[in-house]
Amino acid sequence: MSSAKRSNEPIVWFLFGVGGFFAAYFLPIHIILYGIAFPLRLLHDPGYDRTLALLQNPLTRIYLFVLLTFCFFHAAHRMRLTLSDILNMRHLNTILAFLCYGGAIVGTVCTIWKLAVVP
Amino acid sequence: MPQYTTYQPKPYRPRMSAYWYLDQWNYLRYAMRESSSFFVAYFAAITLLQIAALDRGPTAYAHFQALMRCPVILILNVLALAFILLHAVTWFLLVPRVALRQMLGRPTPDVIASVPNFAVWFGASLIVALFILRVI
Repeated sequence: MSSAKRSNEPIVWFLFGVGGFFAAYFLPIHIILYGIAFPLRLLHDPGYDRTLALLQNPLTRIYLFVLLTFCFFHAAHRMRLTLSDILNMRHLNTILAFLCYGGAIVGTVCTIWKLAVVP
Repeated sequence: MPQYTTYQPKPYRPRMSAYWYLDQWNYLRYAMRESSSFFVAYFAAITLLQIAALDRGPTAYAHFQALMRCPVILILNVLALAFILLHAVTWFLLVPRVALRQMLGRPTPDVIASVPNFAVWFGASLIVALFILRVI
């Protein structure tokens, strides 16, 4: 029987890796449109009714659930390592892990809740 | 109790500056790439806010749109775009380095091996943009 302690690294690294692809493939276009082009009126914002209609499509909600969940866990893992390496906070590793992954779990729960109550 | 102290070995602890990432351009690039995670979390949270605003109704969504027009948020969004583009490009260039080089048994130029990633990126962005703009 192996007495070696099982690491949770593969799980968080899987979420980090897949999230890296989702963030890279899909986030830039969301920022370009909703974050920059619509507020600056460079492109025509379809407005509340038509955006809500898009959100009411179950496929949109599945897409947003997958996108946001993986983005939250990708960011959590990288933020934990960034804070401990770059800001030399390695001694706070347990607290950082708790805050980062905890934050990602809270984000995921809020995403599920908000997507479930779409009118 | 007497203790032996004369030749006590000291653990080697290299002194590292708190600003070590400013020492070399490579270190700074690494720090900037890893910092993209804060902006990923930021815009994921913004998207969550947007969904919540859509749930609450037209007034709440108008507030969300007004928030996006606020200069501080606009600057943050431009910064987020810059950092996430840095993340995307470095991520796409990294993948062929670990996958294709082993499959082909010889080095493949990163940019050429990454072309499929960039193609998927532009294709996915175009499809999402058409949906968001309600063209389809």
